[in-house]
Amino acid sequence: MFGLLETGSGFWSAIIWVIVVLIIGSIVVYVRNKGEDSYKKDTEQVKPFISGHPEESKEGSHLSASHIYWGFTEALKGYYKPLIEMHTGNINDFSSWIITVTVIVLIIIGVS
Amino acid sequence: MSILLNNSPILILALPLLAAFLIPLISRINKKTVGIFAVFVLLISLVLTILLAVKIISVGPQVYVFGAKSSSLTLPTGLKIPIRIMFQIDAMGIFMGLITAMVSFLGAVYSLAFIRKREGMDKFYSLLLLLTVGMFGMEFTGDLFNLFVFLEIASIASVALIAYRGTDFGEPAEAGFKYMIVSTISALFVLFAIGIFYGEYDLLNIAALANMIKYSQLDKIALALLLSVFAMKSGAVPMHMWTPDAYSEAPAPITMILVAASQASLYALFRIIFSLYNVHMNTLAVGWIIIIFGVLSMFIGVTMAIVQKDIKRLMAYHAVSQTGYMLLGVGVGLAVLSNPIALKDYGITAFEGGIFHIMNHAMYKGLLFLTAGALFFRTGTRNLNKMGGLAHSMKYTTIFFIVGAAAIAGLPPFNGFASKLLIYESVYKFNPLLSIIAMVVSILTLASFVKVFHSAFLGPKLPQFKDVQEVPRSMVFSMAILSCIIIVFGLFPDLIVKNLVHPAVMALVEQVKYTGTVLGGM
Repeated sequence: MFGLLETGSGFWSAIIWVIVVLIIGSIVVYVRNKGEDSYKKDTEQVKPFISGHPEESKEGSHLSASHIYWGFTEALKGYYKPLIEMHTGNINDFSSWIITVTVIVLIIIGVS
Repeated sequence: MSILLNNSPILILALPLLAAFLIPLISRINKKTVGIFAVFVLLISLVLTILLAVKIISVGPQVYVFGAKSSSLTLPTGLKIPIRIMFQIDAMGIFMGLITAMVSFLGAVYSLAFIRKREGMDKFYSLLLLLTVGMFGMEFTGDLFNLFVFLEIASIASVALIAYRGTDFGEPAEAGFKYMIVSTISALFVLFAIGIFYGEYDLLNIAALANMIKYSQLDKIALALLLSVFAMKSGAVPMHMWTPDAYSEAPAPITMILVAASQASLYALFRIIFSLYNVHMNTLAVGWIIIIFGVLSMFIGVTMAIVQKDIKRLMAYHAVSQTGYMLLGVGVGLAVLSNPIALKDYGITAFEGGIFHIMNHAMYKGLLFLTAGALFFRTGTRNLNKMGGLAHSMKYTTIFFIVGAAAIAGLPPFNGFASKLLIYESVYKFNPLLSIIAMVVSILTLASFVKVFHSAFLGPKLPQFKDVQEVPRSMVFSMAILSCIIIVFGLFPDLIVKNLVHPAVMALVEQVKYTGTVLGGM
């Protein structure tokens, strides 16, 4: 069949996937367009509530890249600390890694 | 037309090589035309590469012997070994050639607007063309010493291009210097390995060497040197540390071409392993070495990417991570190369996944680096902390970024999903843990690009970027073409796998066909 990729364990068809997504998307749009009876436009109901605090300016509340996944990197500090330290940016270290890996590969290939 | 087609293997290289040396002269007449001239030459190379690809897929491997009465005369009369320099282009070589041709052409088109600095424009395009020549040469040559020569051409051009902005900033010069050192080490290792072969067999032709190789201790030393060096040049962990510096400091279109240059090194690695050594070596041991390189690259690459704030450094670490997928797929295929049942059951599929991922990666990573270049072009920064709300003013770039990010994260229906699916399913049969790691890396890749998307494109329009506009048309054109390729490859992966990837895989696996093309018997 056109567009059918055999994967060895089954198949993949992006065309079928797109058709399924379009059907599901159409159903979602249809349900959304039916509307929500309790929704009232331009009332208090649609304003953000931040525990009673005033809303910050939109420009001032943009979350920068460093804050995203802060928890993830903090939780994995033990993994990240040596990893980042390993990336010294020093060309001597780059060369050392190349030599070290070559020696290891040489030993493995030599004895195998 | 037939003369053109018969001589296409050399014309594909000769035209950019000649143009590279003509550009300084053209620049003296009219500086503004050098870019257009480079684009025109690379377009001709692209067309010739496509024509050659059609010929190779339909007719079979092509050889081009230099200095012979006939360009297909591989063995001189009365001799049983090839003595002349030759190009030997099979389905794998032309597969890589297509990537090089497309990426170089689009890189040159993008540069028309991106490289605004008029001083040194001639040098920029000359070096870009030389880099392209080096990559084509590595992919087309059938001779080990010429592989070294073309590797050097590509490396020297890359060093100068990485440091291109060095007159204004310190970091590009530093990155270029670092790349020069690692390239020199790799060149010395390659030369030493070639010396071993020449001393042992009096041969430099890959096919002839493959026919004679005994897998002696010396051959093992040569294999270890070549494997380490080409793994390093392709950015495999833990020898990847030059990539963030080089990829982030080079101008964006050059970074895109550098990714393809790294893949040319990956191709050289595969060519050595499969066409030269093949089952003569311990395929399981070497396969596992490549798998370990792959897993380390995938995982360490993506986890290092997550903590980056510089958009190009982040993407550079992702390039390392994606190289891991290619190494994993091909490594698994190699590990079962001597086991016909496993090879048929999942080995070939793993190969196909790894090789298909090379092309997919060149397209989506190229696109992502171009979008990063577009952001830098308009905002003047690569720092994600300083960006925000750019989707308001750079709508095309935003769409192209979404396409590239979805493809690299392996979201259907984009091309990255198709190649990753082949890798997941085949590698799972070899070792489920490896497949699970690959899937986790995909999830982390998605998380990382969500961060970039949010930081750079989402949010309100920031006051400092209120005057930002969409990038010029030549830059949009390059990104649009790459996006279209990603979508078409994603929607019809079967066409690419059947017509390009599978023949490329079989060209690697069937060593007899490679040697037979030169030595006869085919």
